[in-house]
Parts: sequence; C-alpha cells; structure tokens
Amino acid sequence: MQGSSLLSLAIWVPIVAGFAVLTTGSDRHAGVARIMALTGAILGLLVTLPLYTGFDPNVRGFQFVQLKPWIEVFNVNYHLGIDGISLLLILLNSFTTVLVVIAGWQVIQERVAQYMAAFLFLSGFMNGVFAALDGLLFYVFFEATLIPMFVIIGMWGGPKRVYAALKFFLYTLLGSLLALIALIYLYNVSGGSFSLLDWYQVPLPLHAQILIFLALFAAFAVKVPMWPVHTWLPDAHVEAPTGGSVVLAAIMLKLGGYGFLRLSLPIAPDASQHLAGFVIALSLVAVVYIGLVALVQSDMKKLIAYSSISHMGFVTLGIFIFNAHGIEGAVIQMVSHGFISGAMFLCVGVLYDRLHSRQIADYGGVVNRMPVFATLFMLFAMANSGLPGTSGFVGEFLVVLGAVKVNFWYAFAAATTLVFGAAYTLWMYKRVIFGAVANEHVAHLRDINLREFLVLGLLAIAVLWMGIYPAPFAEVLHASVDDLINHVAQSKIPSP
Amino acid sequence: MTTMQKLYLVIPLAPLFGAIVAGLFGWMIGRRGAHLVTIFGMIVCTVGSAIVFYDVLHGNVYNGHVYTWMSSGNTNFEIGFLIDRLSATMMIVVSFVSLMVHVYTIGYMADDPGYKRFFSYISLFTFAMLMLVMSNNFLQLFFGWEAVGLVSYLLIGFWYTRPTAIYANLKAFLVNRVGDFGFLLGIALVLTYFGTLDYAAVFANARMLATNTIEIIPGSAWSLMTVICILLFIGAMGKSAQFPLHVWLPDSMEGPTPISALIHAATMVTAGIFMVARMSPLFELSETALSFVIVIGAITTLFMALIAIVQNDIKRVVAYSTLSQLGYMTVALGASAYAAGMFHLVTHAFFKAVLFLGAGSVIIALHHEQDMRRMGGLRKYMPITYWTMLIAALASAGIPGFSGFFSKESIIEAAHLSRIPGAGFAYFCVVTTVFVTALYTFRLMFMTFHGPERFREPPVADARGEHGHGENALTEHDEGQHAAHEHAHEPHESPAVVTIPLIALAIPSICAGWVIGSVLFGGFFSNAIFVAPEHDVLAEMAREFHGVVAMMLHAPRTLPFWLALAGIATAAYLYLLRPDVPAVIRQRFRVLYNILDRKYGFDELYSWLFAGGARAIGTGLWKGGDVGIIDGLLVNGSARLVGWFASVIRYFQSGYIYHYAFTMIIGILVLLTLVFVDWR
Repeated sequence: MQGSSLLSLAIWVPIVAGFAVLTTGSDRHAGVARIMALTGAILGLLVTLPLYTGFDPNVRGFQFVQLKPWIEVFNVNYHLGIDGISLLLILLNSFTTVLVVIAGWQVIQERVAQYMAAFLFLSGFMNGVFAALDGLLFYVFFEATLIPMFVIIGMWGGPKRVYAALKFFLYTLLGSLLALIALIYLYNVSGGSFSLLDWYQVPLPLHAQILIFLALFAAFAVKVPMWPVHTWLPDAHVEAPTGGSVVLAAIMLKLGGYGFLRLSLPIAPDASQHLAGFVIALSLVAVVYIGLVALVQSDMKKLIAYSSISHMGFVTLGIFIFNAHGIEGAVIQMVSHGFISGAMFLCVGVLYDRLHSRQIADYGGVVNRMPVFATLFMLFAMANSGLPGTSGFVGEFLVVLGAVKVNFWYAFAAATTLVFGAAYTLWMYKRVIFGAVANEHVAHLRDINLREFLVLGLLAIAVLWMGIYPAPFAEVLHASVDDLINHVAQSKIPSP
Repeated sequence: MTTMQKLYLVIPLAPLFGAIVAGLFGWMIGRRGAHLVTIFGMIVCTVGSAIVFYDVLHGNVYNGHVYTWMSSGNTNFEIGFLIDRLSATMMIVVSFVSLMVHVYTIGYMADDPGYKRFFSYISLFTFAMLMLVMSNNFLQLFFGWEAVGLVSYLLIGFWYTRPTAIYANLKAFLVNRVGDFGFLLGIALVLTYFGTLDYAAVFANARMLATNTIEIIPGSAWSLMTVICILLFIGAMGKSAQFPLHVWLPDSMEGPTPISALIHAATMVTAGIFMVARMSPLFELSETALSFVIVIGAITTLFMALIAIVQNDIKRVVAYSTLSQLGYMTVALGASAYAAGMFHLVTHAFFKAVLFLGAGSVIIALHHEQDMRRMGGLRKYMPITYWTMLIAALASAGIPGFSGFFSKESIIEAAHLSRIPGAGFAYFCVVTTVFVTALYTFRLMFMTFHGPERFREPPVADARGEHGHGENALTEHDEGQHAAHEHAHEPHESPAVVTIPLIALAIPSICAGWVIGSVLFGGFFSNAIFVAPEHDVLAEMAREFHGVVAMMLHAPRTLPFWLALAGIATAAYLYLLRPDVPAVIRQRFRVLYNILDRKYGFDELYSWLFAGGARAIGTGLWKGGDVGIIDGLLVNGSARLVGWFASVIRYFQSGYIYHYAFTMIIGILVLLTLVFVDWR
C-alpha cells in the first residue's frame, strides 16, 4: 500500500524530536528547547494529516500497513496499521501534543528541555500503541508510555508528587503485567505468533477466553479507569503539572478504551459477550457513583478528574453494548473527552498559574476580571455537561441511543449524567467564575494572554466543530466498527 | 435551492449572525453597533417569518433537510426544516415578540454595562428557538431545546454578581435537565422502535406501533406509546415549568425583565406546549398519557394561580400567572384540543409580554423597585404603560372581546367536553382559576396604578401593615443599586423605545382572539396536528360556534364570565375600597396564607432532598467508598499488607548464626520425625 511508512513517521518524528530537544541540555538554552519542541510537535502533527486524507473509509481492515521483522527468534514483528478508530486517536494525540507544548511555554521554567522531551516521547509512544498490530510491540509501547508520565508527575508535580507518581506507576503496572501473561499465552496457542490478526482468528474455548479477557481487563480497566480501580487518577491529576493532566486525561486514558476495542473484543468475543453485563454494571456505577463523588469535591482538578472517570464510563458502556451506536459513540466520546477534559484542565491551569491554588473556595467572581477566559471556560463547562452543539453531546447521545436498544435501564442510569454532569460542572463554574470579586487575589487577576487564548481557542473550535458537524469524525469509523461488531458476533469457541 | 428554501435558512441565521457580531465583535462596533446589527437581524427574521406565514396560509408545506449531522449504524441524523402552519405560527410569534423585546431593551438596558452581551444573548436565543420550532426531527428539536435552556441560563444569571441570580440560573438549568433526562430517553425509545428520528416517518408509522408493549419493569407490559409520550412530556414539564418541575420559573425572574417577557413568558416556556402539539400523532395513541398531561396541567393551573395572590413582587405575580396560563395550555393538550392550546399560546404570548414589559417599565420608572407595596397611583404618571397593561390584564382575566377570552374559553369548554380520565378534575381547576386569575391580575393593577402613591415612603415595614404579606415577601432587587438614587425624581413615562413595543404588543392582545373561528374550527392546523375522532372535542365545539360576536354575547350565560367579573370586583373591594381587609384575611387564614407564601414548600423540600441528598450521598461515597474502602483498605491496605508480611519475614534473616543453626536443628528434627515415625 502507498505511503506505508507514514505510521512510522507518526511514531518516530516526535521521539526523534524529543532526543533533539534533550541535546540542548540545561536551562541556559531553554528558549531553543521550546522552539525545537514546538517544531517537533507541529511536524509530528503534520505527518499524521496524510493519514486522514489518505484514509479510505470504505475499506475494512487495516490501512497504511507496515511489516518488518523485529525479533525473529520469537517471531516478533514491527507490524503497524490503523483502522478508523486508531486514526482518530492518533490525530487527537498529535494535536494535543502541540497544545501541551504551547501551554507549557512560560509555566515551565525548570528543566525545560527535559519537560518538553518527555511529552514528545509520550506522544510517539502513544501513537505506537494506536498503530501497533503486533502484540508484543503493542505491549512495549503501552508500557513505555508509563515512563515519561511517571517522570512528568514525579519531576514537575505538586507537593505529593512522589506518592502520586508511584501510585500511578504501580497501579497501572500491576494491571499490565497480567496482560503480558495473556499475551504470552496467546503466543503459545496461536502457534508462535504475536500478530493481532492471527490472534483474531485463533479459536479459543470459553474458559480460556474468560481468563484472557480478565487478564487484559486488568490492564485496560485500570487505564480507563473503571470503578473501582480508578483511585490512582484523582491523585495523579491533582499532583501532575497542567500539561501532564492534559495528556493523561486526553490521551492516556484512551489507551484503555482502545485496548478493549483492539484486543479484548476481537480476541475474546465470547468472553466479552459473557462478561458484558459485569463491565456494563461497572460502567454505570462509574457514571452515577463518580458523578455524585465529583459533586462534593472542593479541589477543581480533583473534580475534573472524577468527571473524567464518569465520562469514561460512557466509553466502556458504549463498547460493551455491541452495537454501532454504542461503539461509534464510545470512540467519539473518547475523542471528544480528549478535547474537553484537556480544555478543562488547561482552564484550571490558567487559574492555578495566577493564584497557585486549585481550591474552589479560593476563587469567586473571576468573570469580573477575566471575561474572555470566563467565556471560553463556559463553553467547555457546557461541553462537559454534554450540551448539544458541543462535542460532549455526540458520544453520550449515541451511547444512550445504543443502550436503550439493549436495556432501557442501562440508558436510564447513563442518562442521569445529564443532571449530575451539569450539576457538578456548573456548580463549580458558578462558585469559581460568577459572583462578586471574592478576595484580593481575584481582584488582581489578569485575563488570558494571546498564547493561552490560542490554545483554548483551538480547543473551542474543535469542540464546536465536532458538536455541529460530527459527520467527518463518524465517517471514518463506520467500516471499522462494522468489522468489529462482526468479529464479536462470531463465536471463536472451537466446535467439539 | 428555491427562494423559499433560502428564506428558511435566512430566518434563523439572521439572528445568529447578529448574535455573533454583537458578541464577538462588540468591542469594535460599540453599543449602538450592537443593537443596530441585532435589530437588523431581527427585522430580516420577522419579515421572513411573515412571508413564510403568508406562504403556508396558501397551503404550502415544506419538509426537507439541510445537512447530515452524522450517521451511525443505519441511522442518518439530519438537520432539517418542517415548515407547516404549526411551525410558521410559532415563527411569527417568536420573531415578532423577540423584535419588540430587542427594541424595548434599548431603553431598559440603557445604563447596563453588559448592554452588548445582552443583545448578543437575546439574538442567540431567537436563533435557538427558531431552530427548535422549525425542526423536522427529534434530534434538532433536542438541540434547540437545550440551546434555549443554555441561553436562559446565561440570561437569568446575566447580573452575575448577584448571589440570587447565579443561584436561580443554576437551579433553572438543573431542573430543566431533569426534564431533559426524560425527554432524551423518550427520543431514544422513538429511535429504537421507529428506526428514525424524522417526524414524518415516525408519525406515519405511529399507528402500526400503537399496540406494542414494552416491559420496562420485567413482568409488567406497558403500552409503548404511553411510555414514550410520558417521557417526552417530562421534557415538556421541565421546559414549560409544569408541576412538579415548576420551581425554576419564579426564580428565573432574577434575570432582566426583557428576557422574562421573551423567554420566561412568551416563547421558551411554551416550547413544551408546542412540542406536545407537534407530537399529537403520538399522544393521540395513548389515553393514559393524555390523562397524565391533563392532570398535571390542571394542578399547575390552579395551584400556581393561588400563589400569585400572595406575591408582592410585581414580576413574581406575573411569573406565577405565567405558570398558571401554561397549565391552561397543558390542559388543552390533555383534552386533545391541541389547536386551542396553541391558540392560547399565541394570545398569551402577546398579553403576557405586555404584562412583563409593562412591569419592567414600572420598575425602571421607580428605579428598580419591584415591590408593589411601594407603588400605587402610577396611572397618571405612566398613562401608556397603564393603558397597555390594562388591556393585557383584561385579556388575561378573560373578559369578552380581548384575546385571552377566546382562547381560555375554548380551553375550558374543551376540558368540559373531554372524556379523558381526569378531565372532570381539570374542568374544576380551570374554571376556578378564572376567578383567581382575575383576582391576582387586578390586584396587581390596583396596587400598582391606583390608590395612594406609596413610592415616596421609606422602604421599611410600615407599608406591610397595609397590604403586606409577611416577612418572606421577596424583594430581590439589588439593594445597593436602589439605595443609591432613592427616588430622587418623580416617576415618569418610559421613553418611546419602551412604549412603542408595549403598544405594538397590546394591539394583538386585543384582536388576536378574533380569528378563533378559522384557527380552532376552520381546520387551520389540520395539516400539522392530528386528533383522533373519538377525542375531537373541538369538532363538537365547532357545531356550537356561530361566530365571534355570538360567542361574546353568549358569555354572560356562562359561569367563567361571572367568575372573572367577581375576581375583578373582589380585587377592587380588597385593594381599592377596603385596603385594610387583606390584613384581616391574612390573620384569619394564617395557615393557608403561610402555605401559599411558602409556595407549598417545594423549594425547601427540593433543596433539602435533592441538593442536600446528592451532596450527602456524594460525600458518603467519596469518604466511605473511595478514600475508605478502595484506597484505605484495598490499595494502601495491600501496600501495608506487603509491608507487614515483609516485616515478619524479616525475622527469618536476622543474621545471627545461632538463629540459623537453631532453625536447622528444628528442621532436621521434624524431617527425622516424618521419616521414622510409623504413621500407621
């Protein structure tokens, strides 16, 4: 296929750029490091654009495939390829990286080169996860993403950063180790292949599927994160620097949802069907329980972190109802959540940079001093509440539509987010933004500068575009999702 | 694309254009530029709506889509327009009232620092409302539905430094979201069973699914149509502030008065009524749903009207009046007299807009005084405001000749004839409310425009003895603002930008009712509203209808007419002739009075039960579940377990030779025992 090295570029351009940024060394050359990082991030985004323009939405299966032997002894290949689902996530990732680099422009003053390089590495690794078609390659990239994020939280984080970074690392590592066992088992039963495509075909008895499913579930559920293995996320978000939170919420959580779609469902379709009720139950608990928990948070970042968990509940719900509305809704929700949660964390970052507090109680009446910021924040708050016309609506709407087809009460529980989501988001907005100027610090706030406006403005455009005209996003998904649903519908249990 | 199709696009986009220009580029074009561009957009929109209305009068109907929003599965979600008499009627009402409110705002908001923002919002509202009424599918309906909710939220909290305003707007949004919760589920069920969200396709297939049942609770089969209709109607209950989701509307009076007239009286709150009328092919298939509708409407009609009697804030009286009138419309829907509901919607839009804008005119004349106990005798200072409001009050009370008479009378008659379960109760409520309506409306008129001039008195308790109604009386205007210029000037008539809209809206408040013959009985809505023959009360009424004049002459032989007069007479007695009596009544019926004054306690109940309950559960789940069990017990607990295990294991590696030697000896003894002892 034409242009088959494009995916390699999407992975390696940011990583090479990361190394280049590192060579600038200490903070004496911070300016150079910033410019190089931005160039790298933009280049990284540019090389992914041909993926969209060259993508054929009518083709089932993978495109831009690249296959080279890597570790021949174990038949491990450097095997890349994407479908519509990965395409959207790669674009989202590369786009977010640019924003994160710009957002960290002034805020980060120490170890600038290392900070920027960490994000570029992370971007490349995550593109690797989304493009990998080889089980081991997938695993390597999946685990590699932990390292830069661990460093980002541990180095540039808040006061409790060491606890948060360790919790993040151990929590997610524990899950992925179980997944590794499943991968090795699959390698054996498939006759020595790490290719996902082979794994899709290999017949498996139900009990083996269930074990594989649970092992993979351990890895992906922690990543999503699903209730009750979510408690690393609020801590990680609270302690992470703004850029770290943005990437964590916008992209890293999607590794979990993507893992379900790419591995769990097609490899263990019968187990997925078998255990769907269990996963759906956890998802709905996430939507309702976490929605209520978010309501009572006094720390803005924690509130948005909980809101993320609640919104990701829609992703897992959508995936495990196994119909087109549900799965397309889930993918769109992932992309939309990438924009919105990123924007929400950036908004909190804007305030934090000025007042060095994340406590809601320390604010009030910000609109009086920062009207432009308040307007943009309003848009994102409404998007977070799932208002039609913003991207936040599209995914939730589709998932609810899909859920009703399966069971009315699934939709009923999920739709409570209409009330809870609005309640926790707008109540926070009210306390922070509206009202009379609350204190001396707020009185001295200055509205966002051009750089901040640029970042939030780009996200605002994305959020509105996806809300008003989501067709281009959905179009690339149809064939892939259709394919996936067919896979899930075909039993892999070997006939006796 | 034909010329008409282009016009359909221009009508909503003109206000949107105005909103964007005034909102984003207001800093470039200034205040004058902001109101010019939005009003220009509104003129285009109103003229366009008039042309469309003229077009549909000649029998043209349009149903087509503009673009495909997205597709998923086998479903295409479209954005499109359905232009028939129902939507065209709404379009002309929305655009005309909105235009008048735009003009009025020039005067009302003249001193406000948020002038440009305000124009941007009300134009944005008009866009959203038009998209709602022009929609040809459920998705776009929901879009408009939520978008008007957003603008309502922004406008109630327009004065965002006031704690009451930002409390009210959050409350409004959340209560509406509760309604939307039902609405969304209803839409999802429609898609599940019909496979499309397009009105025409859904309505065409509705009959085939009429006998379908659905097991919401396993084991009990419910009619699909009943479930869908009740869920959709829950949405209408939120938006049209029907009991028990009515609590947000009185608080929405925190917003500037022009939007109280436009959004919270004339247009947005009627979206629920419009929606049910639009869904008539579905509602007609479920008598249970219709019965639910008529009972909810009846409760709202009577019980909200009663609260209006004890309110002292002029805007709140009008707000409760709006609730009650929305109840009338809902009763009409439940009685399958959709056309009558729509008709009342239109007449109400005009006379209620006048009442609100007139109240606003009084409020600015008295420098943001809203307490009627501090008004009185304003008739001679503000003649235009007085006369226009009097027209609206007569219309509201249902005096023959005025628009409200015709629409309200037909609803009462429809409730009388309806055989839906609950219609008897509804009939009792709507008839009783005629008296109550006349009473509170003319109480407002007399306290404001007649009697002694109380606006020079200091704003403390002395006025309470006369007409006061307790400590809880709500005068939620900005204290500082109003203390600053404590009635330095005599009240005077408002400028032309205020009075011209009043006059322009007062004219249809009189004569909009005269077309009753063709609207209700001439099949005006025949292409848009479906009524099952067995529910068709309007057809029965048509046989009794012999023209507008005959209907007016017949009025003195009906109960509502005398009830209305009795209401006005009672108001005159209590508030003009014997102003000392209300206090006595209040003393005598203290319990009843307190119940009304507390608005039956719904605010307290909801804020305790829902707001407090959700926070308590949230805290419990967070502290107990997340922090306690998951993190405390499982996550950090397993870390501690590993640590404890390690600390125990540690003793085995003490480093002392004699420990190891001792352990070895023990081990050898055990092994020897195992080997040599004969276990048998």
